[in-house]
Amino acid sequence: MSANATGIGASVRRREDFRFLTGCGRYTDDINQPGQAYAWFLRSPLPHARITAIDVAAASAMPGVVAIFTGADLAADGVGTLPCGFAPDGGPIKEPPYPALAEDRVRFVGDRIAVVIADSVAAARDAAERIDVIFEELPLVTSTLAARADGAPQLHDDAPGNLCFAWTIGDPAAVEKAFATADAVVSLDLVNNRKSPNAIEPRACIGEYDRARDRYTLTTTTQNPHVIRLLLAAFVLKIPEHKLRVVSPDVGGGFGSKIPHYGEEVVVTWAAKRVGRPVKWTAERSESFLCDTHGRDHVSHAELALAADGKFLGLKAKTVANLGAYLSTFGPLIPTYLYATLLSGQYALPAIHCEVEGVFTNTCPVDAERGAGRPEATFLLERIVDVAARALGKSPAEIRRRNLIARNAFPYQTPVALQYDSGDYEKVLDQALLLADWTGFAARREEARRRGKLRGIGLSAYIEACGLAPSNVAGAIGARAGLFEAAEVRVHPTGSVTVFTGSHSHGQSHDTTFAQVVADRLGIPMDNVEIVHGDTDAVPFGMGTYGSRSLAVGGSAIVKAMDKIIAKGRKIAAHALEAGENDIEFTDGAFTVIGTDKSIPFAQIALSAYVPHNYPLDELEPGLDEQAFYDPRNFTFPFGCHVCEVEIDPASGAVAVVGYTAIDDVGTVINPMIVEGQIHGGVCHGIGQALFEQAVYDEETGQLVTGSFADYAFPRADALPSLRIGHNVTPCPHNPLGAKGCGEAGAIAAPAAVINAVVDALAEYGITHVDMPATAERVWRLIRNAEPALAAQ
Amino acid sequence: MVSINLRVNGNAVTADVEPRTLLVSFLRERLGLTGTHVGCDTSQCGACVVLVDGLSTKSCTLLAVQADGREVITIEGLARNGALHPVQQAFHEHHALQCGFCTPGMVLSVVDLLSRTARPNEHEIREWLEGNFCRCTGYHNIVKAVADAATRPGAGHVG
Repeated sequence: MSANATGIGASVRRREDFRFLTGCGRYTDDINQPGQAYAWFLRSPLPHARITAIDVAAASAMPGVVAIFTGADLAADGVGTLPCGFAPDGGPIKEPPYPALAEDRVRFVGDRIAVVIADSVAAARDAAERIDVIFEELPLVTSTLAARADGAPQLHDDAPGNLCFAWTIGDPAAVEKAFATADAVVSLDLVNNRKSPNAIEPRACIGEYDRARDRYTLTTTTQNPHVIRLLLAAFVLKIPEHKLRVVSPDVGGGFGSKIPHYGEEVVVTWAAKRVGRPVKWTAERSESFLCDTHGRDHVSHAELALAADGKFLGLKAKTVANLGAYLSTFGPLIPTYLYATLLSGQYALPAIHCEVEGVFTNTCPVDAERGAGRPEATFLLERIVDVAARALGKSPAEIRRRNLIARNAFPYQTPVALQYDSGDYEKVLDQALLLADWTGFAARREEARRRGKLRGIGLSAYIEACGLAPSNVAGAIGARAGLFEAAEVRVHPTGSVTVFTGSHSHGQSHDTTFAQVVADRLGIPMDNVEIVHGDTDAVPFGMGTYGSRSLAVGGSAIVKAMDKIIAKGRKIAAHALEAGENDIEFTDGAFTVIGTDKSIPFAQIALSAYVPHNYPLDELEPGLDEQAFYDPRNFTFPFGCHVCEVEIDPASGAVAVVGYTAIDDVGTVINPMIVEGQIHGGVCHGIGQALFEQAVYDEETGQLVTGSFADYAFPRADALPSLRIGHNVTPCPHNPLGAKGCGEAGAIAAPAAVINAVVDALAEYGITHVDMPATAERVWRLIRNAEPALAAQ
Repeated sequence: MVSINLRVNGNAVTADVEPRTLLVSFLRERLGLTGTHVGCDTSQCGACVVLVDGLSTKSCTLLAVQADGREVITIEGLARNGALHPVQQAFHEHHALQCGFCTPGMVLSVVDLLSRTARPNEHEIREWLEGNFCRCTGYHNIVKAVADAATRPGAGHVG
């Protein structure tokens, strides 16, 4: 903990708040360019159809219409299809083309068919209704398992059986051996429900083209502007990257759905040149539901082999992952390396084997959603551990404790590729049990019973791999990009600092946290530090914000750049103080000759660098401005233990979360207030998945049934509890800040904690599993179906 | 076109609008008051909440012509003379906002709550805010901020 009020460890109030609290935020839809036209996308009303004709004549004649484009126009201009950034190793992967505007076939409700560009949104929308499309309907399949059934409708000619990839990890022989010697085997079939990510700001983008400089600008709601620049320039528009600037201003939440490169971004950028005007598009929420990438959607079978004393011997899992109609930017990454590599959890699990099939269906493409693969792994593992505990008559805490990786066993190599660097799992288990008053639960259950409520308690011990990612590892497993982060620290002549980061804040509070790190390291006031992100013309490079990587990777790049600043500053100070460089130390914002009172403050060194009158010009360049690229040596491994308590009304099946305790170890904490906020948000995301949320397609019609906030159960204030939060700190041993990442922890841990609590509450009915979301109707049906069986006993 | 006269953040506004213009579009596009946000198209999310004659109102659900003769306060009109309103200040101190997109509607909704219920309990706060969606905070810190704001003078008033 720093003694400094704004240093590392201080809950500094956020600097970005003022603009958001006073209406001065600048989100993409708040921006308007002179002469801009508006885009409206005609989207497929059908889940699967051949397009036999598109007639835009009547629509083109509508008032205010500037132009109408279809997939044929893009193709004729050589515009490429949307690229996929990850192809898992170990076998062929089908990558059918995903055009920004459909060419001859549509494959999900909401697939883009044409764009109308007009003087107003209303004019564009009115005209779109006059576009005449003739469809030849094709048979459809939306459900994950049905897509793999014999005779299932085929989405892509080159992907027989709708199979995108079949991928495995782990040692099947070792697992079979473990099962052969096991005293007990438990199994579980489970579904990880499809989610709509639902950032409250809908996606939006504005394309501009500067004819004088032959240069495009795309302003867009993205979490990773440089990634969008790379994909759009190099793969889609096929222009050099210096001809495209991507700006992501204030972004109103991402949760993964603003990582991918979307067709709307392609169309507004390309069309801006074609029509000679800026082109703006803002999604309506209905479009967000249809077209923002969805999350999760796994169907899995898992088996756990145990010794009689409860020791885990082996785990096998088979998962079918729904990828949607096309591959989104990171679609195949999520159910492979971000999923199955986490199946060891916190446990010394000697043998694991996981098989994953990625399948195409007539649904919105699936990509990262807060947690991205890791919630699916944690849900599977923490559910089957509870099933095992119940089967062996052990308490959930006891069976976990017996199998935890010991605190002295790090680095720990799992059977599924990851090498955990550090951890203290038993400690967070104990902390969680204490804070949640685990031992007092029996009395609370009895008290609830007297009120006619069924009370249950559930544990979830989780680990996540964050800080994405060591580039050499990422490349070896199929990533088509590096996953370092970049930073520039520009010291101005009077000693204030502008920091450019390739990371992006869309709620994560970089303006505050990063400024704390810089002020602390350079010994200058936070007010002297400006953080800049979200503009490819300003920031040297960057891979963006996802996978809880901002501080661990982006922050480390900033530290590395500051180290270069300090190293240069020492040389400047050594010259000015007529001392050896090795005799200069930098502490508390001043360069000092060790053991003396000869000292020069940081600001004065900065001035010397820009007014180099007394300066080692033969040895050093003037100026104080350094860049750094930081490539992490390993993933980071945040972990924790969450405890949930629920009460169920047996008459209605309604589940209420009545207690929630989270202990998380996210490494060194820069700003506890902000970290707690991230945990709160993640936990409520996870409670939402467990109890309320599901994106539902009608299997006969292929329509998205949950296409609005009236139909999709978004978690509201009155449905969520207040939370008890605690921390443990095990610094990450391989990055300079010791930070691991905190944005996804809650979403990873919570679903299993909640469902384990629900199943615990329902155990007396003989119910052993409840699929998510555990809605009142689902729970009510389970109780009703169980009651005759109970009565028969 | 229909002519309307109203007051927005204390200033008299006269304008000709298409009858179909929503109040939120009028505020954002005609008056440039982009602090009022649009988060959905079914009047659920509450990002567009403004005060109309002191009552929290989803401005995506009201036509601009329906605001004729009324007093509208948007988020831009809440802080006075550079000082945050007590609700804004409490949101800041309790870290009750992250991405900031839901915040303007959330804050104005809370001002209305506190004008009706001086000291709401947690249940009352959560019930009131069920029409204001937040994906970032899980509402935990928003609830704390509202409870704290309720103890501050002027939290239920504008100006």
